[in-house]
Amino acid sequence: MTMIKESFHVKQGDMTTAGDASARIKRQCKQLGIPASVVRRVSVGTYEAEINLVIHANGGRIDFAVEPEKITIRVVDDGPGIPDLEKAMTEGWSTASNEVRNLGFGAGMGLPNMKRNADAFDIKSEVGVGTDITMVFNI
Amino acid sequence: MTIREIARILDARWLCCEEEADNPVRYAFASDMMSDVLAHVGEDTMMLTGLINSQSVRTAEMLDVPCLIFVRGKEPHKDAVQRAELIGLPTLMTNLSMFEACGKLYAAGLEPSPLGALNGGDDDDDD
Repeated sequence: MTMIKESFHVKQGDMTTAGDASARIKRQCKQLGIPASVVRRVSVGTYEAEINLVIHANGGRIDFAVEPEKITIRVVDDGPGIPDLEKAMTEGWSTASNEVRNLGFGAGMGLPNMKRNADAFDIKSEVGVGTDITMVFNI
Repeated sequence: MTIREIARILDARWLCCEEEADNPVRYAFASDMMSDVLAHVGEDTMMLTGLINSQSVRTAEMLDVPCLIFVRGKEPHKDAVQRAELIGLPTLMTNLSMFEACGKLYAAGLEPSPLGALNGGDDDDDD
């Protein structure tokens, strides 16, 4: 039984609204009474993914689904794709511009941090096609 | 330590939510890189930063930090303070440098955020 299913569209390049989708997802999790430690992991993982959509992709979509035992966050974009996934999953490796670094991101912690926070993490990426990430959080 | 004590130690000015001044804070983490904050901040951890755009507040929001301090006398962007007000995040600014602010709080007994308790924490062997 799915308790909540919702999709959020994230705009490219707009750092003033980056985080809106994550904040709404966080609020819904809290309202459902999901334990704070789980809400925190969902929030961090989703926010990292949302920032990536804004700074690396052409924006994209975040699907949020809550079931009795798990929360699933799927993040899909049709951006440039990641040429070397292994490198991108390495802490400290980043292709972010200086402009992005000035905004406080691009330390090369995003994907590793998503993986660390999720109970299951899957990423598919193809250059010129896009990236598709699924994070599952057990409740 | 309460936020009120922290404000006194740092000679900090309140930007919003002063009514929360008696809330307790146990740990602190300081960085201008939000990616690092997201990777290292655990529970009950206040945040010090020189990053004055709204992403500092957004990051604090995701982590439920009890208090946010802007250092180096940098006036944060209007939308950052508005967001902090909206979500009820106690926010202050100090003219002290990051180094001095952290030094004073550490000397007063505030503990470092345990890096081993990374979110999702499977890196318990970090020091």
